[in-house]
Amino acid sequence: MSVEKASPYKVDGVREDFPVLGRTVDGEELVYLDNAATSQKPQSVIDAVSEFYEQHNANVHRGLHTLSQEASEAYETAHDRVAEFIGAEGRENIVFTSNTTEGVNTVAFGWGTRHVEEGDNIVLTQMEHHSSLVPWQQVAKRNDAELRFLEVEQGIVKDGEVEEKIDEDTAAVSVVHMSNVFGTFTPVDDIIERAHEHGARVLVDGAQSAPHAPVDVSEMDADFFVTSGHKMCGPTGTGVLYGKKEALHETSPYQYGGEMIKIVEYEDATWTDLPWKFEAGTPNIAQAVGLSAAIEYLEDLGMENVHEHERSVTRYALELLEDDDEVTLYGPPADHEDRGGVVSFNVSDAHAHDTSELLSDEGIATRSGHHCAQPLMRDMGVPATTRASFYLYNTHEEVDAFVQAIETVKEVFA
Amino acid sequence: MGRDMYRQRILDHYRDPQNYGEMDDADVTYEDVNPSCGDEIRMYAVVDEDDEIVDVNFDGQGCAISQASASLLTEEVKGMTVEEVRDLETEDIKEMLGIELSPVRVKCAVLGLKVLEGGIVEYKKEKQT
Repeated sequence: MSVEKASPYKVDGVREDFPVLGRTVDGEELVYLDNAATSQKPQSVIDAVSEFYEQHNANVHRGLHTLSQEASEAYETAHDRVAEFIGAEGRENIVFTSNTTEGVNTVAFGWGTRHVEEGDNIVLTQMEHHSSLVPWQQVAKRNDAELRFLEVEQGIVKDGEVEEKIDEDTAAVSVVHMSNVFGTFTPVDDIIERAHEHGARVLVDGAQSAPHAPVDVSEMDADFFVTSGHKMCGPTGTGVLYGKKEALHETSPYQYGGEMIKIVEYEDATWTDLPWKFEAGTPNIAQAVGLSAAIEYLEDLGMENVHEHERSVTRYALELLEDDDEVTLYGPPADHEDRGGVVSFNVSDAHAHDTSELLSDEGIATRSGHHCAQPLMRDMGVPATTRASFYLYNTHEEVDAFVQAIETVKEVFA
Repeated sequence: MGRDMYRQRILDHYRDPQNYGEMDDADVTYEDVNPSCGDEIRMYAVVDEDDEIVDVNFDGQGCAISQASASLLTEEVKGMTVEEVRDLETEDIKEMLGIELSPVRVKCAVLGLKVLEGGIVEYKKEKQT
């Protein structure tokens, strides 16, 4: 079998930028395939965070002393960098959150509970992450709205679902951009067009897309877009909520307190400008500076290249595993044209947890469980799957090691 | 750890669990899940007038450790009183399994016991009313 192992850049050089990739696990070389959960961090990001603490640490916004001005400048500039990275107009459109979940909650409670009315419907897909599903369940309960789900087959939204489910009563649509279970992309362009024809606002959950592929929120025409910084080489504690200005103006803050106010009286208060009115309290400043460095790193590599590299590695893994009768794969086949770096599978009779444990014994880090998609797993008829998820630093050789380690699982559970 | 965990005895109990299946006439029926990996266990027990467990079954699904541990537990607790079962601890389960467990897998291993103890609490409450 000849499988292409091409990459648009030199992966070995990239790997040297990530210190943790050099470590061993119980004597085995680490093969980190849990990137959909969180990515590893390059030295430049680690250095940016350290340098911030060593040289500039101060609280942001109102300090007049030099350190505070430096910290504010770095923190605010990070918003500009994210805006450019995802194709937003400017920093007014970029709210920093702690994670993707906080972004969804800000939209669900700040926008959803105010604009979804009794009898309206909210449209999601069957493969939403719990972080997108559960907040909208709460909105539906509070506002007596109906939840509708675009049905999927092997991670692909079925034909006709968009037209059938999104109608004149649809107030909000919240869809995952790339599935964390299947690696498939949702047809967001069609969904957004249809939703806008009916006056609905659309939130796109880009936790798995923006870290791995070029994203342009303006071209996509999403009203809201959320993603995670720690899945794209940035520190934990970084998440992003993008909103069109008019959509953000329709949104109430979800948290109240310092940093987000304009004028405060004993009985009432007014809010400061976008995006700061959504960032109550001291934000994750050093982490934001780290995120800025992460984006610089990704832009140097080029997101087209990152996507192409991951597709090559993923296709290689799928082609090797598709030949194995004892491995059940979930999601579309290797030749499916657009698929991100996620491979969900089960090995013979082994429970996914046991598979992950045995793979870990060989130094291979995967994740197993329901991947925060319990209803989807029930539909698939499996209690859990094991998931290998790739990133810009994974190699074809690591895939070989991974496929080889699956043999151990088969031996134990033969 | 890892491969050492999957000793033959564990795998035997996983593939061919003892005292497996639903029980209609149980005095104790209880279930719980381990949300991190989706292990599910239901425990059924028949208790006599002296609070002794005279019969016990389980069913459910999940990883080898959770299912094998539940299977071994059913063999262990038959003939014990409900109070004796409530005194069982994580250490007893580890000893019963005879393998090293990482903290994550301890949750799998003790799920069966947690369910049985939960069921006993319910049973006691009901008995008092």
